[in-house]
Amino acid sequence: MKNEFKVIADLIEKDKKVLDVGCADGTLMKYLKDNKNINIRGLEISKYKVQECIAKGLTVIEGNAEKDLKQFPDKSFDYVVLSQTLQAFLNPELVLNELLRVGKKAIVTIPNFGYWKVRFHLLLKGTMPVTKTLPDEWYNTPNLHMCTIKDFVYFVKSRDIKIFKSLALNNLNTSLINEGNLGIKNLFSDLGIFLIEK
Amino acid sequence: MDIEKHIKTLIVKKPLKLDCGKTIKDFPIAYETYGSLNSKKDNAILVFHALTGDQFITGLNPITKKDGWWSYAVGPDKAIDTNKYFVICSNVIGGCMGSYGPSHKNPDNNNVFGTNFPVITINDIVNAQYNLLEHFGIDKLFSITGGSMGGMQVLQFISNFPAKAKTVIPIACTSSHSAQNIALNELGRQAITADSNWKDGNYTSNNTSPSKGLAVARMAAHITYLSKKGLQEKFGRKLQEREDLKFGFDADFQIESYLRYQGSVFVDRFDANSYLYITRAMDYFDLTKQYKGNLSDAFKNTKAKFFIISFTSDWLYPTQENKEIVIALNSIGADVGFVEIESDKGHDSFLLDVPDFLNALKNFLDKSYIGN
Repeated sequence: MKNEFKVIADLIEKDKKVLDVGCADGTLMKYLKDNKNINIRGLEISKYKVQECIAKGLTVIEGNAEKDLKQFPDKSFDYVVLSQTLQAFLNPELVLNELLRVGKKAIVTIPNFGYWKVRFHLLLKGTMPVTKTLPDEWYNTPNLHMCTIKDFVYFVKSRDIKIFKSLALNNLNTSLINEGNLGIKNLFSDLGIFLIEK
Repeated sequence: MDIEKHIKTLIVKKPLKLDCGKTIKDFPIAYETYGSLNSKKDNAILVFHALTGDQFITGLNPITKKDGWWSYAVGPDKAIDTNKYFVICSNVIGGCMGSYGPSHKNPDNNNVFGTNFPVITINDIVNAQYNLLEHFGIDKLFSITGGSMGGMQVLQFISNFPAKAKTVIPIACTSSHSAQNIALNELGRQAITADSNWKDGNYTSNNTSPSKGLAVARMAAHITYLSKKGLQEKFGRKLQEREDLKFGFDADFQIESYLRYQGSVFVDRFDANSYLYITRAMDYFDLTKQYKGNLSDAFKNTKAKFFIISFTSDWLYPTQENKEIVIALNSIGADVGFVEIESDKGHDSFLLDVPDFLNALKNFLDKSYIGN
């Protein structure tokens, strides 16, 4: 399991109710169910991946976060997880609001467009950045609204969303982001993980 | 046809008050079982059949001599694995495969009921079937499942008996019969009642039957079970055993011949009055209305795990109608999974060899059973 999921799992206490939005093949869900006794649900847009989840015995709803989150009642989950998908929605703000409505807290991870490799790629090569975390070309990427760790922090602050914890990931290294090191973390991390609440 | 020796029946002694106000008692429910009930009695699956189905789910149907209607899904090592599970299916009341219906005799006057049989509902149907649990001494079913009208019975059953099933799998169905569905059923009923042999439902006394009307009803319904794409790919404009158009009204096209055949084989196995009664039960089905406009209330007392399945090309019970059930369940925080299966086979997909569907069904059941 990738480091990102381990970090997410560490943010969640045992026996909680969790919704994994864009749960893909259910790797994180299965880990949370087996290791933390989490009452876990998933929402996934790909039929193929929904089938993989069912084969793992996971409860998953085929659907689209932009349309299908609205059926869940307010604060019906302790945590709602959104891993590296926020930038792929037509309206990320709407999805973020929905995550914070449905979940008491939300865990959102974003691929950091401020990462130095991304910046260098554009600066030196002059073409759209392709990295390990952002493997697609400009013409086939699902990402519509790329942002940096700094963008995300500024955005949630402007919307009065509380940040409980901000973590920066660079390969296997995890570190805390604070106001003093935001610029540095924004340069040296390829992923940001945020525990937020509204 | 020596029906009786092939049909197992449970005589329900307890009176059952029907939605129409009448009460029936000492009535037969014809059923079949597959696999065996384990000692803990926790491996039973109750399957509900669709409009023209019956209790013979899999293997050879002893009456029609054809494969059971859900042979792709039910059997040893299949999605509903009879090596593992004890599968029960019964003929709905109002039906014509041994359960109490319009072709039975009215005990009050010894005449065949015909249209004097009380109008029944999906609620009546599942209340009658509930007696099978007591018959087998099953406290809680491992699962209940069915497609189309079978799915409606699944929904009604779990709302009537919230503690009696661990898992619930409604397939290609709806919580409320739509105007389009009522319209299509009415077309079938009109075809039957317009047949001069129908005789207000008293055809058995004349030893005739409205087979032309029933065949037309079946032909019309059969079209609704398929998709446009499926029909086009299978038949297109292919001609039936001829080089060119004949400029007449014989079956020039293969699709015409196919539908005529479907109509003709149907009338051999199905009773016209049963068709009227069962389609009526479907039309009256409105679980949302039963719970005063809030479908979620139908499920608020159950802890069962739901898995809802729809098909992309099903325009009779489209995904949106299945999703309304998912939404109602999610709004009360129920345990519900949902998948829409990609298939060109229309509403009939649940009856056919659609591997994605059969795998999902098998995986859901087997993984849920491990936790038993």
